[in-house]
Amino acid sequence: MTVSVPEVATKPAKGFRLDLKTLGPLLALILLVILGYVLNPLFLAEGNITNILTRSAFIGIIAVGATFVITAGGIDLSVGSMAAFIAGVMIIIMNWTVASMGASVWTVLIGIGCSIILGVGAGFINGFLTTKAKIEAFIVTLGTMGIYRSLVTYFADGGTLSLNSGAREIYRPVYYDSFLRVPYPVWVFIAVAIVGWVLMNRTAFGRYCMAIGSNEHVARYSAIKVDRVRTWTYILQGLCVSLATIIYVPRLGSASAATGVLWELEAIAAVIIGGTMLKGGFGRVGGTVIGALILTSIGNILNLTEIISNYLNGAVQGVIIVAAVYLQRGSLNTRRKKAAE
Amino acid sequence: MTIKALALGLLATSMLTGASIAQEKIKIGVSIPAATHGFMGGLNWHAAEAEKRLEAAHSNIDIIIVTADGPEDQASDLEDLVSVQQIQALVVLPFESEPLTEPVRAVKSTGAFITVVDRGLTDPSIQDVYVSGNNTEMGVNSAEYMKTRLGEGDNIVILRGIPTVLDTERFDAFMGAIEGTGINVLDNKFANWNRDDGFEVMQDFLSRFPDIDGVWAQDDDITLGVVEAIKQAGREKEMFVVGGAGMKEIIKGVMDGDELVPVDVLYPPAQIATAMDVTVAHFTSNGPVTGSYILGSPLITKENAAQFYFPDSPF
Repeated sequence: MTVSVPEVATKPAKGFRLDLKTLGPLLALILLVILGYVLNPLFLAEGNITNILTRSAFIGIIAVGATFVITAGGIDLSVGSMAAFIAGVMIIIMNWTVASMGASVWTVLIGIGCSIILGVGAGFINGFLTTKAKIEAFIVTLGTMGIYRSLVTYFADGGTLSLNSGAREIYRPVYYDSFLRVPYPVWVFIAVAIVGWVLMNRTAFGRYCMAIGSNEHVARYSAIKVDRVRTWTYILQGLCVSLATIIYVPRLGSASAATGVLWELEAIAAVIIGGTMLKGGFGRVGGTVIGALILTSIGNILNLTEIISNYLNGAVQGVIIVAAVYLQRGSLNTRRKKAAE
Repeated sequence: MTIKALALGLLATSMLTGASIAQEKIKIGVSIPAATHGFMGGLNWHAAEAEKRLEAAHSNIDIIIVTADGPEDQASDLEDLVSVQQIQALVVLPFESEPLTEPVRAVKSTGAFITVVDRGLTDPSIQDVYVSGNNTEMGVNSAEYMKTRLGEGDNIVILRGIPTVLDTERFDAFMGAIEGTGINVLDNKFANWNRDDGFEVMQDFLSRFPDIDGVWAQDDDITLGVVEAIKQAGREKEMFVVGGAGMKEIIKGVMDGDELVPVDVLYPPAQIATAMDVTVAHFTSNGPVTGSYILGSPLITKENAAQFYFPDSPF
């Protein structure tokens, strides 16, 4: 019997497995949307959808960067702290600029420029230490995570760094205004996702990332510059964090030690829910975008309903995350059958 | 001759005592959580200010402040304060009540004077002095203010902190105080004493409830997020927000007559300074200082805001 089943089931099972691999996260999102609508029809109100999309932008943009890092077999735990650090330094620099030159569009542009420099620099440090100093990515980014978190606490003196109100007024529209009824952060998210998708699926860089993630030695023998590609994934990640921070700062105009806490885990969760392998070798930018939407929707749905005890929020999130990943993995059976072939 | 000897002896003794006082200062250890949240940032600042002030005022007092990232870390801090610093008194704000009870008991067993701040230990007999804000009063005073502005049929939403005893005390007291007034609590959610969560939870409340008259945000960090969400929805005129703790930005707004956040309810980050004062008084005062010092959680209004405003504090 064990012999005959795979023979009969091979073809349909293969199609089934493929479908779930690509459509799993989307299926999970659709189920979630239906659940949200059943619990509270306001879930699909335009305002609420805009809120979800805008909120997803932060984690989503960071997660697109994380997709590359993870695909190439790395990990970056520092992104949440890095976001807080960049936000803090941006605010300090913009406040200085206002003090010396007054508040203008230039203030904001200087802040944005600094953010990009810091993001790229921080990413380079992570990449350099990982590839050249040959320290495990987990350890390097665990270290930088602690460093950035402490630095922002130190800069804020344990309190809150607040953006000068004049600069705030100029900067505010970047988060709150919209183009074609779609808020700017969502446009940035869409742009990052498209660029990320093209980079991953249509360029040599994306193929190199997957090759390195699946087998570093083979990639090295295939004349891929492993260290350089790896470093670039961290730089890309830093750039994504910087973009996320640029749209985050105008939201509340402040940064503190509590900014971006656990964002690294949310970003990693979004990547994994989206179908990228945690051990590397296979990356899926589109899935990551859906993963970010799933994560944000869970929180939103919990806020829109009274049915579930507040104390169980974490449990509900945990169940949905695991279920989403199970859906995109397909059934374990198909795998085993494939292995048996 | 005998008189001379006596005088010499006296002189020698007094010199000795003088010397020993100069050498052996009274060491007071202060163990508090690190500044990872606005309120704790304020508390750290007030502790540092109190240290400067008390050491300047009393030459025989040496205060050692240590900050911890978690309960285990704090337990190690306590061990170090005893073994390395050999403290005679401890002022401690326990991260968590249960896990810190035994470590503090161990400090007590060395004969140290123990002052517990804010979050109590599970065995109160360990402490000589207890200094705390008043969570119940905070909840009640917030509710009392709501009652002055709202009545039968008005709607409020509540943003809570992190699921802890402290949060439950505030919440239960608030709910008790508005019972029977006809004020409707539409829903309550945790916003984790965090601005971003406050923003998101409030956005969701706003899209869910078309009619909100008041918001109890319980904490000033949450309040900042709530205010932004209300402004984004353009509904500033419909409701008001009551926060809590005493963040300087919020107090400044109250002073300036902000209509959206007209009042605040104090939960003083300066309570650590009170605790340090009382502990030092144990060594310098001629009166007893043991007992409980429960600080008030008064309503901060435009009229009295100035006395709670610390522009130099990070919180």
